[in-house]
Amino acid sequence: MTKPTDSGRRRFLTRSLMAGGATLLAGCDALTRSDAMSKLFDASSALTQQAQRLLASRQSLAREFTPADIAPTFRANGTTNPDEEDYRKLAEGGFRDWRLEIGGLVDKPQALSLDELKTMPARTQITRHDCVEGWSCIGQWKGVVLGDLLDRVGVRDQARFVVFHCADRYRGGDAYYESLDMLEAYHPQTQLAYALNGADLPIANGAPLRLRAERQLGYKMAKYVMRIELVESFTHIGRGRGGYWEDRGYNWWAGI
Amino acid sequence: MPLFGKARPGQAATLIKRHTAFSRLWHWVNFACLIILLMSGLQIFNAHPALYWGKDSHFDSPALSIGAERDANGAWQGITRIGGYRFDTTGVLGISGPPDDLERRAFPAWATLPGPRWLSKGRQWHFLAGWIFAPMLTAYLFYLVISGQLKRRLLPRRDEWRHLGETIRDHVRLRFPRGEEARHYNLLQKLTYLLVLLGLLPLVVLTGLTMSPTMDAAWPWLLDAFGGRQSARTLHFICAIGLLAFFLVHLALVMVSGMFNNLRSMITGRYALHPELPPAQPHAPSSALPPQQEPRDD
Repeated sequence: MTKPTDSGRRRFLTRSLMAGGATLLAGCDALTRSDAMSKLFDASSALTQQAQRLLASRQSLAREFTPADIAPTFRANGTTNPDEEDYRKLAEGGFRDWRLEIGGLVDKPQALSLDELKTMPARTQITRHDCVEGWSCIGQWKGVVLGDLLDRVGVRDQARFVVFHCADRYRGGDAYYESLDMLEAYHPQTQLAYALNGADLPIANGAPLRLRAERQLGYKMAKYVMRIELVESFTHIGRGRGGYWEDRGYNWWAGI
Repeated sequence: MPLFGKARPGQAATLIKRHTAFSRLWHWVNFACLIILLMSGLQIFNAHPALYWGKDSHFDSPALSIGAERDANGAWQGITRIGGYRFDTTGVLGISGPPDDLERRAFPAWATLPGPRWLSKGRQWHFLAGWIFAPMLTAYLFYLVISGQLKRRLLPRRDEWRHLGETIRDHVRLRFPRGEEARHYNLLQKLTYLLVLLGLLPLVVLTGLTMSPTMDAAWPWLLDAFGGRQSARTLHFICAIGLLAFFLVHLALVMVSGMFNNLRSMITGRYALHPELPPAQPHAPSSALPPQQEPRDD
């Protein structure tokens, strides 16, 4: 039994706690970079994905708001004005020469113009955009439901992910891309939007076409979409983690 | 050294079992989780150091913002704004670090996990710790109810309210119960632990979940409960500050009311019950003496 009067032990305890704290802080950054922690982080993200998939049904909708809730200006983030030459030419021509290519594991690969997309049944939704940084912005989107488009090209059974290839290279680096699995791709609110707040989609927000995946964070919602590719796995694309930000340490599952 | 609740010569302390194994386990796991959650949370906050009230962000009228601005001489100042008030927080909030290498960041490197600006890893730490913290909290709350400890140890008895003033006075004077009185939590302890266990901790989990777009689709009532995602984010921050305040007061009281005894009771479960002081206490004015201790039967 330890006596409470044992001041030597008390001092030892206090010092151990302080030294432990300092070591912990210094070791945290090293720990953060370690392989073991990376594995643990990946496991935690997989757990989040499974738990959220369990709680949110296939059809459970992101909240839709009223016109009164629409933010005066929709905040643009990431690339806001791509300077790639090909994109500049398309923008100067009012995107008349732009075509959305859909290929990969599909029966009928297609290239669709903006006008063709606009003749397809459209969905309009006022939703909240949540950036991974923490802010939110409410806007009204109009576009083609991705599921309709996928049905039109005929998705093959092996396809597990829809990859969105974009025109922009964020900060002049790698090409932006993103991916969704079939469940999120076929969600009724997942769409390729060509209009924001009743007007043509501005360049800052991803003209001519951007993805809306309303149950996910903003970085999932690729802007300046040029090509859609259906794949069985995305390990051969970019650095293999399913998206531009995923390749830089962000979770593929962006539901939280 | 009265700070350590030293036993008086000739009067032996009785050792009692104070905390069950699960309580102790939960306490320390929770402590580690909350430290990680707080520091990684500040890292995440730094990615957009402003708070809003409502469904989305009104960028020109945040409830709170932390930033850096140049003063009249062109030198960087850390500025924190809360409502209409502006505070110079140079060195801690907005701008911090060694004088020759000042960094513009909301919370300083020593307060965030990881230290450098690294949102993706801050999120990884936060969610990993959250996955331990939230299930452990749920399990512990069930345990408190099922084992009867919530009722027995934490819910105030009616007669305790009559001594509220007295309990507060004793706390302010840092006079802590001894003897039989120390066997149970006093009213202030009970109310504080109830506020933390049934208020702040569940609230911090729920407001955290409200920030997840998938959770909002799964449980839309979260948005209604907290007035929107940005309100939830603000409440999450307030809860975190509340928990930090609790932690600091808790730590201070643990130290002044017998640190070694308290720490031991949370590690081994054993707590030394010191005998009541003799009525004539030389260093206290007789008028400040507590009334006669009432016998307790439980």
